[in-house]
Amino acid sequence: MSHRIRDFPGGIHPPQRKSISTLSPISEIDLPKRLIIPLQQHIGAPAKALVKVGDHVLKGQKIANAHGFVSTPIHASSSGTVIEIGPRTVQHPSQIDGTCVVIETDGKDQWIDHQGVENPLTATLDDLREHIRDAGITGMGGAGFPTIVKLSPPPKTVIDTLVINAVECEPYITADDMLMRERADEIILGIQIIARLVNPKTILMGIEDNKPEAISAMSEAARKINNGPEITVVTVPTKYPSGSEKQLIQILTGREVPSGSIPAEVGVVCQNTGTAYAVYQAVVKGEPLIQRVTTLTGGAIKNPGNVWARIGTSVAHLLQHAGVDGSQLSRLIMGGPMMGFTLHSTEIPLIKSTNCLIASTEEELPLQNPEQACIRCGTCTQACPMQLLPQQLFWYSRSKELEKVQQYNLSDCIECGACSYVCPSNIPLVQYFRYAKGEIKKQESESVKSDQAKQRFEAREDRLAKEAAAKEAKRKARAEKSAKAKAAKAKKAAEEAAQGTASDAEPANKSDDALKILKTAMAKSTKLWKDAEKALAVAESTAGDEQKEQLEAHRAKVERLKEKAEKAQNAFKAFKEKSSSPITVTPPITNTEKTKDTETSEKQT
Amino acid sequence: MALLSITSPHSQAPGNTGAFMRQVIYATIPGVAALTYFFGWGTLINIALAITVALFSEALVLKLRKKPILFYLSDYSAVVTAILLAIAIPPTAPWWLTLVAVSFAIIIAKHLYGGMGYNPFNPAMIGYALMLVSYPVEMTSWLPALEVDGARHSELDFYAALSAIFTSNINGESIDAFTMATPLDTLKTASRNALTFGAAVESPVFGEFYGITIGKGWAFVNLGFLLGGLYLIARNIITWHIPVAYLSALCLFSFLSHWFNNSFGPVSFHLLSGGTMLGAFFIATDPVSAATSNIGRLIYGFGIGALIYIIRVWGGYPDAVAFAVLLMNLCAPTIDYYVQPRTYGHKKVGQKQKGAN
Repeated sequence: MSHRIRDFPGGIHPPQRKSISTLSPISEIDLPKRLIIPLQQHIGAPAKALVKVGDHVLKGQKIANAHGFVSTPIHASSSGTVIEIGPRTVQHPSQIDGTCVVIETDGKDQWIDHQGVENPLTATLDDLREHIRDAGITGMGGAGFPTIVKLSPPPKTVIDTLVINAVECEPYITADDMLMRERADEIILGIQIIARLVNPKTILMGIEDNKPEAISAMSEAARKINNGPEITVVTVPTKYPSGSEKQLIQILTGREVPSGSIPAEVGVVCQNTGTAYAVYQAVVKGEPLIQRVTTLTGGAIKNPGNVWARIGTSVAHLLQHAGVDGSQLSRLIMGGPMMGFTLHSTEIPLIKSTNCLIASTEEELPLQNPEQACIRCGTCTQACPMQLLPQQLFWYSRSKELEKVQQYNLSDCIECGACSYVCPSNIPLVQYFRYAKGEIKKQESESVKSDQAKQRFEAREDRLAKEAAAKEAKRKARAEKSAKAKAAKAKKAAEEAAQGTASDAEPANKSDDALKILKTAMAKSTKLWKDAEKALAVAESTAGDEQKEQLEAHRAKVERLKEKAEKAQNAFKAFKEKSSSPITVTPPITNTEKTKDTETSEKQT
Repeated sequence: MALLSITSPHSQAPGNTGAFMRQVIYATIPGVAALTYFFGWGTLINIALAITVALFSEALVLKLRKKPILFYLSDYSAVVTAILLAIAIPPTAPWWLTLVAVSFAIIIAKHLYGGMGYNPFNPAMIGYALMLVSYPVEMTSWLPALEVDGARHSELDFYAALSAIFTSNINGESIDAFTMATPLDTLKTASRNALTFGAAVESPVFGEFYGITIGKGWAFVNLGFLLGGLYLIARNIITWHIPVAYLSALCLFSFLSHWFNNSFGPVSFHLLSGGTMLGAFFIATDPVSAATSNIGRLIYGFGIGALIYIIRVWGGYPDAVAFAVLLMNLCAPTIDYYVQPRTYGHKKVGQKQKGAN
């Protein structure tokens, strides 16, 4: 069945250089002595290690667990002993180390017990999901997004199209190509499993027309399906970056993924061919993702080709296998020449998303010529697959006009590098864009922080004001009440005194109780004040400039406590004086007690 | 093993600005050949003179600005400016005209605005316009084309052209004895005198070419630049947007006004006269001073075409490429601001990002 395809604007045709690595079938390589397995090989939170140094692990044993929703477990790629868990050099654009589990292999390559589902086409969906989740599968195309998350679209979305990305548009890379030539049936079964989970109406598999062998192998395998939805293999014209998810969706369906959204928004789920194969391995065989096909290529490689490489194999081991001419090597790239990263060390391990390793000579990927002035020729605009205006973005990125770059939709840039590729003035446009994106991110996180601080501050002010108001109201109510009570008491006492009928002991006892309460209140508040003052003194001697505000707040608090303590003292004194007025009627014993009290309280103050 | 640490992309199409500009230079060859054939050696001498002045001015400013001289000279932009300016001015224009025009274009119009890539106006056209308003006589004295006066033309060998440029004399005769009104000039005078186009073409500067009235010589010069322009489009040096919009506007306006008033000249005449094709493919398409998006370029090109027609017919000058281009240069940033292309995944231009990111 032929399927209508659309073109996308822009795009480039860099030299393919794919035939270098398709001459021989995918080969196995020697088991490395050490496997360095990073805990972060995917987009999302790093996995949490389950093993300790000294533990013996089996091949396929889970050594780290997913940590959070967007995360994935990690498995040992061979049997052996964990000899180290700690920071190691990994592939990172800023050359930052990442936590790795280092396994010394024992050479036995002994599998852990594992089992696939009996019939993947009838097994329960939960069973399938469980297998995919446990196998630690991430997108094999490059970004490394956990596959299970992609296969669990938000509840209300309706997926009508499953797109299988077998375009492999970057020059040099042939990992998917070779996998399709050799494992077409397995890939088809993997796609069928994925299709059961997303339940699409159509399944489209896009392959660039520079892979005729893969196209015929996949078409052949797709024809053999006798139940379940049809899989249409669609040949797409060779043009970079047609393998970019957004562009491929545009080519195959004519739909555009809304800016800042995911394909599910337009009813599409996109999966890579390699991912489909990994799903097959996980569900049918019960094998977690511990190895993948990687292209070893470039002018400095003696025996270029594709290999089955274990996750955690060092680049040095891979290069040793393929044979590298050290004197010729100028650039070592993980990934393709358009979007890959240069490696600064050969100790870096291969991860789940490593589809290619290019050891290039200087002649094949020469250093960029010196940057010249932008002549606004617009060649970049014609090449941009996202219909951006790279020359305007460049202009504003360079002058750090972040608002302007955002107006020109910098965030939609997929960093495919087409603009840099075609620029006649050799301007490294993508680098400018990455810089501007970084600056925007920094600015945003700062503004979020300051917003939060402001909110916190305002909430606190509000709360304090409310508390103060409530206290004031309570105090007033109490004062009124006590004034009334006193007035009533005084009236009563006066009446009783006048009548001379009441007993003397009763009121004396009452005023005694009140005195006690006041006394404890006074003692308490005085202690609070003293403690706070001491704490303040300590804080003042140790605090730096940053804590100035807190110190100020603390000082104010001490002031308030002091006031309170003084108030309590005054109240106590005032009450004592008042209650001493009916001395004439109170017995002498109570009087001496009062004096004692006064003495002690004075000592305290 | 010292490994390079560079961010992607690692692959780059070969070439540089110099290669880009050289393509433009090659594309002028058919037009320049036609000019030389019909109007003598003057054009080539002017080109050589202009290139010399341009390189010298550029080197001088680069030295003053403490920039690497050879690095910038090798981008060929000064050479392109010089060639375009030399093509635009009359073949017998005195040497000082070229000197002033080119040095002004490079020093003032290009470098005082920041140099390569920063000039808001087309430097060649600034130089041309300055000369046109300052020395209108010298700038509009064209020799008649070969076919107009074959006998006179035979006197115009290389040395005659050289002496015309450096002494303003040819074989002891003043240059004025040789020059003649161009077809556009003739038409302008005719329409001022309320003559119809039919009456105006009685002048010897007009001729017939497969049944259509053309300016002798000029039609072939324009076809030469059209050919060069098509080469530029084929080589992806320019896009079709500006020339197509420019020529469409010119066609539309000349068709409509010729319909109402036949003294203004038919479509074919306007397309193949004066600097029409040079302007469409070489001047208006100067990327630095033009609009950048495709829709923007359509608007920009259309504006130039319309202005050329308006100035040719109702303005004070017989031809108008320079003024039309400079006026639209002024509008280019505004056009760019308003006609951003719709980015992938956006409903319309300038739409805010959807959802939290």
